[in-house]
Amino acid sequence: MTEQLTMQQQIEQAVTDNQVVLFMKGNANFPQCGFSGRAVQILQSLDTEFVTVDVLTNDAIREGIKQFSNWPTIPQLYVNGEFIGGSDIMTEMYEAGELQTVLSPQA
Amino acid sequence: MVTPEQLKSWIDAGFDNAEVTVEGDGHHFEAVIVAKEFEGKTRIQRHQLVYAALGDKMKAEVHALSMKTLAPGEQA
Repeated sequence: MTEQLTMQQQIEQAVTDNQVVLFMKGNANFPQCGFSGRAVQILQSLDTEFVTVDVLTNDAIREGIKQFSNWPTIPQLYVNGEFIGGSDIMTEMYEAGELQTVLSPQA
Repeated sequence: MVTPEQLKSWIDAGFDNAEVTVEGDGHHFEAVIVAKEFEGKTRIQRHQLVYAALGDKMKAEVHALSMKTLAPGEQA
């Protein structure tokens, strides 16, 4: 159980140390799943500076992130330490212009 | 493999007479759900209600589910 705990702490640190963090399958240049790819495209279209974490590299991250946010799918976007949503919600917010405001403090 | 009808019945079971339409190819699904339980809830809370209805079926069989979650009267 302790190994899982440190994973939760690692995730906590990643989302607090970086303003925009995208937990995804693959990375920004080589997304390994359509949904992760869409999330990257949205962030890039808004010229957002963001950090990605490839959950495929380590199952503990892949499962740990789902527990951390109580959200069963990947990708997952975090801004200022807050879970924003998966690619669906990012798309909806992007189309509604809300994502731009969530990301704007750093613009 | 999961059929849209199966997925629709799982989602239906989690809500009190919601309007659920589901399309999909067995792995990727698009669902539109209109439910009064969504009223006053954020997008994340709405999606979490659907994931709760799917329970562990979500992990095993449904790789990707895109959803539109609307309260009655809201536009898609």
